[in-house]
Amino acid sequence: MAESSDALRAAQEKWEREQVAPGLEKSPELRERFETASGRTVDRLYLPEGDVGDAAARAYQEKIGFPGQYPFTRGVQPTMHRGRLWTMRQYAGFASAEESNRRYKFLLGQGTTGLSVAFDLPTQIGYDSDDPMAAGEVGKVGVAIDTLADMEALFEGIPLDKVSVSMTINATAAVLLAMHIAVAEKQGVAPAKLEGTIQNDILKEYIARGTYIFPPRPSLRLVSDLFAHCTAHVPNWNMISISGYHIREAGASAGQEIGVTLADAICYIETALAAGLKVDDFAPRLAFFFAAHSDLFEEAAKFRAARRLYARIMRERFKAKNPRSWMLRFHTQTGGVTLTAQQPDNNVVRVAIQALAAVLGGTQSLHTNSKDEALALPTEEAVRVALRTQQVIAHESGVANTVDPLAGSYYVEKLTDELEAEAEACIKAIDALGGVVPAIERGHIQREIEASAYRFGQSIERGERVIVGVNKFQEGQDPPMELLRIDEGVAARQVERLRHVRATRDNARVKNALEAVARGAKGSENLMPLILEAVRAYASVGEICNTLRGVFGEHQESFS
Amino acid sequence: MPARVPKPRILIGKPGLDGHDRGAKYVAHVLRDAGYEVVYTGIRRSPEQIVDAAVQEDVAAIGLSLLSGAHNVLFKRIIDLLKERGAGDVLVFGGGTIPPDDLPGLEKLGVAAVFTPGTSAKTIIETIDRLLAGRAKP
Repeated sequence: MAESSDALRAAQEKWEREQVAPGLEKSPELRERFETASGRTVDRLYLPEGDVGDAAARAYQEKIGFPGQYPFTRGVQPTMHRGRLWTMRQYAGFASAEESNRRYKFLLGQGTTGLSVAFDLPTQIGYDSDDPMAAGEVGKVGVAIDTLADMEALFEGIPLDKVSVSMTINATAAVLLAMHIAVAEKQGVAPAKLEGTIQNDILKEYIARGTYIFPPRPSLRLVSDLFAHCTAHVPNWNMISISGYHIREAGASAGQEIGVTLADAICYIETALAAGLKVDDFAPRLAFFFAAHSDLFEEAAKFRAARRLYARIMRERFKAKNPRSWMLRFHTQTGGVTLTAQQPDNNVVRVAIQALAAVLGGTQSLHTNSKDEALALPTEEAVRVALRTQQVIAHESGVANTVDPLAGSYYVEKLTDELEAEAEACIKAIDALGGVVPAIERGHIQREIEASAYRFGQSIERGERVIVGVNKFQEGQDPPMELLRIDEGVAARQVERLRHVRATRDNARVKNALEAVARGAKGSENLMPLILEAVRAYASVGEICNTLRGVFGEHQESFS
Repeated sequence: MPARVPKPRILIGKPGLDGHDRGAKYVAHVLRDAGYEVVYTGIRRSPEQIVDAAVQEDVAAIGLSLLSGAHNVLFKRIIDLLKERGAGDVLVFGGGTIPPDDLPGLEKLGVAAVFTPGTSAKTIIETIDRLLAGRAKP
């Protein structure tokens, strides 16, 4: 008996010696001693107690293990949130670059620790603000960026070597990253000093989110050009954020969310390998993005399952050697689709539960939605409550004081196993179709998600699933609420600015740069340096994307 | 037993650049379940494409889904185009992320109903049934 528990104790001592101690030397934990509200000491890690048989100790190590160690079920860092809290990163951006810049400065002043830029749909789909396709959409769901001039205004007074920036941009990721690099150059910040994340996940756009431009194959080439450029020149940048969030929002279940996301990851990794990159050179900078919904334990288990499955895929399927390549690091956003327009104050409670699930699941960064987002973009007041929710969890709830507090719960461990198995089955089904691209082209993934969304909706219609304030505990009319309005004048001012840039830039330089982009697109050289030159010359997002449209063509949605 | 009268055709459209189609697909599905023949346009259609499809398919109603905030501009454009094309009698309804303050303006434009998040399928179907019955041609 003593011998068996000793095996686990010995493993723990080894973990403390080899992982925890060197980490603490570099940066200590946030406090010397962690304690509960009533003064009890809280340990870094809790393990099975008492009589653990040999077989059970082995099974524990294989399936659950220690944080910071393969298979990372308990987290990617040995000390997790005791060493560093998650980054509180609120997604924001609307109207003009100047207004968004003001919101960023407000958020930084309120204690947010990283920026997350929301772009408007024309910017995301490669249309200039004066394009007829942009009608009604300029500045609506994010900030309008046409040229480098807008990006300069967006980050005015925000030092890009100090503030990490996440950008939700996919089809036009190469252009916006180039603009980011160019703004940093103007601030005197070298690309090697930039920290942040670019979403750059085009596959989920075909599956769920819809902001694609080109067909999948040329889009994947842009992704891999960006990978190669970042690997060589922007080494601290997370060059993709492989996203289950939107897949979940579109209706996928928790298991489908991780299954499809990891299938996407497999496709990106294969694309990069085919382009000649080495797995351990780029895999440490692949990041993930998941949703957190309200089923607290299932969601927390989902993150644990995703980490374990990904670690195995990286080590066994891709033969990665660097432990950093095995780590699934992720950002979480609470579930937009769970917010209700009815009794919107209830959303604060939903968001708190979902945020708790993300923290218990070991997230690296978190966005909490605002209570008014089923109705409009959030007001400053609603954003403040959303951020405060994270701060209450971080500083008052005590859940961040020990690593992976749910481990060992019979229920949570079983959920973790089941979600991992469901996700793995989902990946197998996609593999059987030849991978994600053929599965998308045949509409397989889209159909599965839609069927899942329909089942979910029907269970609400039948009252089997209760949504408070919607199909139970309803009240009459909700009192009117102060909502954020985007002034329709934004579009006209943006168009005016774009015309001014076009009139004052060196148009011969723009023409040459765009011709070089077209030639590059027809050939096989890396497009990033060519796009960088075009943005430095103040070529617009629309001009660069139209040039690429001319070579790559446009994707057409397929219907079942 | 009386012969079953086929229900009219409805077009579900996603104008503008917004790609969130969960709601549009769900409503298309429940309307089909309720016996309507439904044509779904897919995402990112221009007002012209939507009106062309509506005229071509001779639909009795158009349902527009939009979550990006561009509804005031795009719904108006579609209603104007329908009138230009002599199809002003087509019923237009909508859904999505639409602030309550915008509802009176949309109603004035001629949007017959707006279904915001949380509306039950039953309410949607009953409303469409009623509105279309009120417009039935002799």
